[in-house]
Amino acid sequence: MVVQKNNFSVALFSVLFGLIVGAIIMLVFGYNPISGYIALISSAFGSMQDIGGVLTQMTPLILTALGFTVASTAGFFNIGLSGQALAGWVGAVWYALSFPDMPAFVMIPSALILGTALGAVAGLIPGWLRAQFGASEVIVTIMMNYILLFLGNNILQNTMAKSIKESAETTKQVGHNASLQLKWLTDLTQGSSVSTGIFIALIMIVVVWFVMKKTTLGFEITAVGLNADAAKYAGVSAKRTAVVAMAISGGLAGLAGTIEGLGNYLNFFTQNSSPSIGFDGMAVALLGGGSYLGILGAAALFSVLKIGGLGMPMSSGVPFELVDIVIASIIFFVGANYLIRLIQKRIKAMDEKAAAQGAAKKSAKVASKQVKGGE
Amino acid sequence: MTESTPVIEMRHIVKKFGDFAANDDINLQVQQGEIHALLGENGAGKSTLMNILTGLLQPTSGDILINGQPVVVDSPSKSDSLGIGMVHQHFMLIDAFTVTENIVLGSEITKGLSLDTKTAAKKIQSLSDQYGLAVNPMAKISDISVGQQQRVEILKTLYRDADILIFDEPTAVLTPQEIDELIAIMHNLAKEGKSIILITHKLDEIRAAADRVTVIRAGKSIKTFPVAGVSSQQLADLMVGREVSFKTEKEPAQPKQTVLSIDNIEVDDARGVDAVKDFSLEVKAGEIVGLAGIDGNGQTELIQGITGLTKVKSGHITLNGKDVTNKKPRQITESGVGHIPEDRLRFGMEVDMTLSENLSLQTYYKQPISKSGVLQPAEMDKLANKLVKEFDVRAASIHVTAGSMSGGNQQKAVVARELDRDNDLIIAAQPTRGLDVGAIEYIHRRLIDQRTAGKAVLVVSFELDEILNLSDRIAVINAGKIVGIVDAKETNKQELGLLMTGMSLEAAREALKEEVTV
Repeated sequence: MVVQKNNFSVALFSVLFGLIVGAIIMLVFGYNPISGYIALISSAFGSMQDIGGVLTQMTPLILTALGFTVASTAGFFNIGLSGQALAGWVGAVWYALSFPDMPAFVMIPSALILGTALGAVAGLIPGWLRAQFGASEVIVTIMMNYILLFLGNNILQNTMAKSIKESAETTKQVGHNASLQLKWLTDLTQGSSVSTGIFIALIMIVVVWFVMKKTTLGFEITAVGLNADAAKYAGVSAKRTAVVAMAISGGLAGLAGTIEGLGNYLNFFTQNSSPSIGFDGMAVALLGGGSYLGILGAAALFSVLKIGGLGMPMSSGVPFELVDIVIASIIFFVGANYLIRLIQKRIKAMDEKAAAQGAAKKSAKVASKQVKGGE
Repeated sequence: MTESTPVIEMRHIVKKFGDFAANDDINLQVQQGEIHALLGENGAGKSTLMNILTGLLQPTSGDILINGQPVVVDSPSKSDSLGIGMVHQHFMLIDAFTVTENIVLGSEITKGLSLDTKTAAKKIQSLSDQYGLAVNPMAKISDISVGQQQRVEILKTLYRDADILIFDEPTAVLTPQEIDELIAIMHNLAKEGKSIILITHKLDEIRAAADRVTVIRAGKSIKTFPVAGVSSQQLADLMVGREVSFKTEKEPAQPKQTVLSIDNIEVDDARGVDAVKDFSLEVKAGEIVGLAGIDGNGQTELIQGITGLTKVKSGHITLNGKDVTNKKPRQITESGVGHIPEDRLRFGMEVDMTLSENLSLQTYYKQPISKSGVLQPAEMDKLANKLVKEFDVRAASIHVTAGSMSGGNQQKAVVARELDRDNDLIIAAQPTRGLDVGAIEYIHRRLIDQRTAGKAVLVVSFELDEILNLSDRIAVINAGKIVGIVDAKETNKQELGLLMTGMSLEAAREALKEEVTV
């Protein structure tokens, strides 16, 4: 409990410092930080459409952050969330376009499962390579990001049938039978692309929390991540557990990609680089400080900054790049949480010292009184 | 010696953590040229006191005087400048650096922009000659023995002109020969005018090395007195605060059917070199077999082979007549094996998990702790509360992390978990390493109770006292092979010591007979 509290204050300080650094940079370049931040807030919360945009942005971040957390609990640093998400995205859109007449109640669950499974396979491969051969998952996942990025583009450009493509670079929109968007939700948010995905993401927070904290599987994943030797001694198959954890991690990223495809964009288009949801998800997980509720808060914050940042140039003239600097500063301070902990420790030590000196003075006074009394 | 001003005087030291007083009015006086032992159980407050002396902690109240002058030691660097040096239990050395580089690290002599290793090496050589600390200044740390690494730690403090050396459990990692050498080094240092504080709970070493001893119990200094003429028994009773028995009473063994049968096995170590070869041994129900041997003679690989943590290359292991060779660890555990591992922090527990979780580490996946894959925390805590009570595991709560507990209580927790499952075979590897006499006595009692209850017990230990105290039969291992199996009643330390070096039983008995006649 104490640790979580501490993590929360680290996150809070990181955000605060990030905003301060952002303000300083705005000042340096001659912008008014106050009007900049007001523009940011009003662009994120100004209308129902903006709020819908924030929710749309949050959805994949929650899922990739959950994926990152599961992997890191098992002792893996999964940088491949991006590629795993892409696997789910491409696969689900392709599948949905291939069966335009399938009824929604069959199409939607099967597409979600397919996308998740593809992400799981993409995560399982580096997990297995490390468990079996000790290959560094960091390098393997980075490389797999490239493989999956270009594989996706190649499938889109050269393999998909012309009939399901809008142009050489874009597929057609998926049909109503596969869309995760809901009419009432779209209407409520004035045409934003928020979808059922946000509910799926929220449910997954609870599901993943339950699996990791309340089941024997979660216990095993945690045990392997903390001390693989002790886990082996206790009869846990460290290899199997590691592979399972990476599959779950990749599956969650695959689900994020599927929701991007069937809920947000409703199509797939040529990607110039690995989707940022993978990397942002890592940052969200770090900012969340290992807590599942923290992931929700961090994803919300990121999305507010991103969506709010879009409006900053128009209403206050602050360029969009500065918003990225604020976000990067926040991540920087999370990464440098050592520094924040150090500052907190210093402050505490100073308090303790002052208290100790006070106590010493008091006892000295008492002692001198006693001496006087003795005389 | 007692007349002069003490080099160190700690007066009425109190250190409180919240309401808990780790040090509660401790007094300590160390004279120049003295080896002063600090004796106390795990958690008695020795480390806290030394952390105060080395500036890592600030006392809540009390005074420190160095050579009669009151000082405030508010940082480790202040402690350095006062001439206090610490030889840590866990060495703080960089493997890839040479001895010299490790010693100068942090106070390098430079010539322009480059390191002046030559001058440093010269100074180190002269120090090592002066104090009899034989070590090659140009050797890499990874290439020298543990005993030599410790000498590097000592040289590090001398290089920084320390006059007061604190040794924290210095013998925990050493072989018997290295221990003798270390004691000789300490005597040399004292003769040259250095003052030494020796923190330990090994009574024999205090009697061999120290001039005076201060006993600390539950945060209070109980008594300071000269070591000469004091028996280990008296020291132990003072330390624990009650009478302690070294020799655990036990009925004669009544061995029954064979439980564990090891037939001609061969096991490789991590580098692929055969560590255990042609090894055969039987352990019967109702007996304790002790496996004696010097560290690194295949004991670790043997146990890992039996418990399924390492592959057995050839040969067979049977348990109650069932072949368990190269079965998975969990299958072997479930066939009735309790395993108290040699390295409790690496294998025995998840230090970042709670005590409660650690006590369920072998049973978390079974009813009633797991119901269809879902953990039942209430059941987990129920088991933990039961074991904590039965085995006298002391912790602030069953929800503290295992890593925050003292070594003795960690070990008791491991023992509790492994003995509670009603196993047929108990493998206890170094079951009391690093524990104080009170805890040792307790764990020995528990192991003997297992034997009385008709279990087969295999004890692996480097401590001959432990082997002799517990075992009914003693097998001696050398270079991965059994050198001899003897009845515990018909052997002694000298004989076992010779066997441990690889001498055959006949040769050892012959050699000892000659010694007697001469």
